[in-house]
Amino acid sequence: MYQLTNIGKTYKQGSRIVTALKDVDLTIEDGDHVAIQGQTGGGKSTLLQLLGALDRPSTGSILLDGKDLARMRDAELGRVRATRIGFVFQGFNLIPTLTAQENVETALAPLGIAATDRRRRAAEALAAVGLDTRASHLPSELSGGQQQRVAIARALVKDPSVLLADEPTGALDEDTRNDIIELLERIRDERGITLVVVTHDSWVARRAKRRLQLRAGVLTERPVATVPVG
Amino acid sequence: MSDRIAIGRAATVDPMFRTYLTRELKNRRRQTLIVAVGMALAIALVIVVNSVAGGVKAAQASALASVYGVGTDITVTKAATTSSSGTQQFTFGAGAGSTTGGTRTFNSAQLRTARGVTTFAATAVTKIASTSGVQAATGVLGLESTTFSGQTPNSGSSSAPQTRPTAGTGTSGGPSSFGIDSTTVLGYDVAASTAVGPLSSTALTSGRMLTAADAGKDVAVLDSDYATSASKKVGSTVTIDAKTFSVVGIVKSTSASGASASNLYIPLDTAQKLSGDTGKVTSVFVQATSAAQIGAVQTALEKSLGSPMTVNTQASLASTVTGSVSTAASLAQSLGLWLSVLVLAAAFLLAVLFTVSGVTRRTREFGTLKAIGWTNRRVVGQVAGESVVQGLLGGAIGVALGLAAIAVVNVIHPTLTASAATATAGPGGPGGPAGVARAATSAASIALSLPVTASVLGLAVALAILGGLVAGAFGGWRATRLRPAAALRSVA
Ligand SMILES: Nc1ncnc2c1ncn2[C@@H]1O[C@H](COP(=O)(O)OP(=O)(O)OP(=O)(O)O)[C@@H](O)[C@H]1O
Ligand SMILES: [Mg+2]
Repeated sequence: MYQLTNIGKTYKQGSRIVTALKDVDLTIEDGDHVAIQGQTGGGKSTLLQLLGALDRPSTGSILLDGKDLARMRDAELGRVRATRIGFVFQGFNLIPTLTAQENVETALAPLGIAATDRRRRAAEALAAVGLDTRASHLPSELSGGQQQRVAIARALVKDPSVLLADEPTGALDEDTRNDIIELLERIRDERGITLVVVTHDSWVARRAKRRLQLRAGVLTERPVATVPVG
Repeated sequence: MSDRIAIGRAATVDPMFRTYLTRELKNRRRQTLIVAVGMALAIALVIVVNSVAGGVKAAQASALASVYGVGTDITVTKAATTSSSGTQQFTFGAGAGSTTGGTRTFNSAQLRTARGVTTFAATAVTKIASTSGVQAATGVLGLESTTFSGQTPNSGSSSAPQTRPTAGTGTSGGPSSFGIDSTTVLGYDVAASTAVGPLSSTALTSGRMLTAADAGKDVAVLDSDYATSASKKVGSTVTIDAKTFSVVGIVKSTSASGASASNLYIPLDTAQKLSGDTGKVTSVFVQATSAAQIGAVQTALEKSLGSPMTVNTQASLASTVTGSVSTAASLAQSLGLWLSVLVLAAAFLLAVLFTVSGVTRRTREFGTLKAIGWTNRRVVGQVAGESVVQGLLGGAIGVALGLAAIAVVNVIHPTLTASAATATAGPGGPGGPAGVARAATSAASIALSLPVTASVLGLAVALAILGGLVAGAFGGWRATRLRPAAALRSVA
C-alpha cells in the first residue's frame, strides 16, 4: 500500500526551477488498478518514478507498506526496486545483446538466486506471457508486442507487489495494445498485484478502476465509472 | 533476500556477468578490436624494447669483458696530453731498405705507447693496491708496434725523409706501394695473478702462460685470432721492434665478442725495456673487495691519485664501448623507452575514450538495469569487466606480436659491431691514418640475441590489466553517475 502525503518535486534546470509535482496526496491500496492521465509535461513520469523508488521527492513522504521511500538511501531504494517493484517502459528497454530468456534473468541477478533456479523461473515467466518458444531470440528478432511481453516477464519474474508501467502501449498498434492490456489485467487478477499505468490512451485508462489526472503537477481523481468498458 | 546473501553471491563469478560481457564485446567487434589492437601494439613495443635493451646490454657486457677482463671493477689511466698524440712520423734514411733495379724496398718498425695513451710511474700500482676496499691491482704497459714497408721507384731524392703516407695501406700513386701493419703488445706483471686485468677473460688453448720465471725474458703469449692470421704457433718466433720473441702459449678470449685485449702479451719489465718506459705503466686494473665498495674505491682513488689520473668504473666504461652496439643501446634506452611510454599512453587514452563514450551511448541500458535493482557495483563491474577483457585481449595479441618480432630478430641474428677502447689505446686519438687508429681499438662483431624474460611477459600482462582497469575506472565512474530515472527519460 502506498501513502503519499504532501508530495512536491522540483527540478533545477540551470537557473530555472521546474515544479513537476505540487502537493500530491494519494493512497493506493494493494491490488488497485490505477491509470494516470494528463497533458504532456504534467508530471506523470515524475510521479511514477517516485512510486518506483527511482527518485526521492523534494518534499513530503511516500510510504510503501509503512516505510518512507523519501528517507531511504540510494542503496536501500535499489533494494526496494530489486525486490518489490516491476517496471514496464514505453520503449521496452530490453538489453539488445541478451536473449529474451537472459533479459528476464537480469531481474533475478541482484537477488542472489542460484543460476539453475534463475533459469527455471525466467522460463516460467516467459511461458506466463506466452513467449516460451521465443526464449532464445534477441530483442531485434522480436516484434514490438513480443518485446513488451518479454519486458513484462522481466518485471514479473521477481514476484513484485507493484507493477508500474509508463505508457506501456504507446509504441504498439491497437490489436497488440489490447493483448498487452489484457495480459496485464490477467496478471493483476491472478497475482493480486497493484497496477499503475501512465497512459495517453483513454481506452487504456478506462480499463482501470481509478483514473487520476495530472495537470501541471496537480493531481485530481475522476469519479469512477462503475462498470469498466469491455 | 538479505544484503549478506547478495554480496556473497556477487563474489563468485555470475554466469550472467560472463554472458553479458562476451555478447557486448562481440556485438561491438570493431570497437573492441580497435582498443585491443592499440593495446597490443603498445604491449608488443614494450616487450621488444625491453628485450632489445637486455640483448644490447649483454652484448655490451661481453664487449667490455673481452677488453677489461671479467674481474675488473675499476681501471686507472692517465689523461692524454696533447703532445703525446702528435702526428705519427716514419723516417727512412738512405740506409733503410735495399735497392733492386729501379725499385727501392724498405721496411721500418716502431714501438711506442698507443696513440692518446700516457704512461705513468708504476709506483701508483702499489699505492692503489694498498687503498682500502681494493682486493687486487695490476699495472700493464700497452704498446703498439707499427711496421711500415713498401716499395718506391728509386728516383731522385732518396735521402729525403718521407712523411705521413696518405693511404693506410695499399698503393698511393705511381708504382709505389706501402703497407702498414699494426700489432698491439701488452706488457703485464707475470708475477701477479691474472684474475684481474685483460687476461682474466682469456683461456689458454695451447702452450703455457707466462710465469714469474719469465720476467725480463723475450717470451710472448699470443691471442689466438692474431696467431691464426699471422700463422704463428707455440715454438714460433715473433719480431717486436727488431727483437725476436719466442711464442710459449696461445690464449683465446672467453667472451662472446671474439678477440682478446691485445695481440701479444709479454712480461712487463721486458716491455718497459723495449719501449724505454722503465718503471712506467699505461693502466692499472683494480678489483674491489665487493661490488658495494666500487663507488667508495673510485672516490678514494680519485682523491689520492690527483687530477691527471682518470678512474673509471665498469659503469663509466660502458660508455667507452662504441660502434653499433652503443647506438643500439642508446636507441633502446632513449627512443625505445619514450616511444613505448608514448604509445602506451595513447593506447590507454584510446581505451578510456571508447569506454566512456560506450557508457554514454548505453545510458538507457544501464539506467534500466539500475531501475530493475542492479547495484552500482554490479553495473561498474560489468563496465570494468568489459574493459579488462578488452585489455587482456590486447595483451595476448601484444605478447604474440612481441614474441614473433623477437623470434624474427633471433632468426636473422643481426651482428652488431662493438669497439671498446683497449687497454693499449686511449679513447681514440685524433688524426693519423685510419688503419692505425682502428687497430688501436678492439673491434668485434657480436651477434645480437634478444632474451625473453618472465618478468617482461609479466610486465606486459600487468600493463594490459592496468590499461583495462584505467579505462574501466573512467567508464565505471561515468556509469555510477547515471540516474536510474534515465531509463524512463532517454527513449531510443
Ligand atoms: N530530470 C529532469 N530535469 C529537469 N526537468 C525535468 C526532469 N524530469 C522532468 N522534468 C520536468 O518536469 C516536468 C514533468 O515531467 P514529466 O516527465 O513527469 O512529464 P510527463 O507528464 O511524463 O510528460 P509526457 O507525457 O510528455 O511524458 C516537465 O516540465 C519536465 O520538463
Ligand atoms: Mg512521461
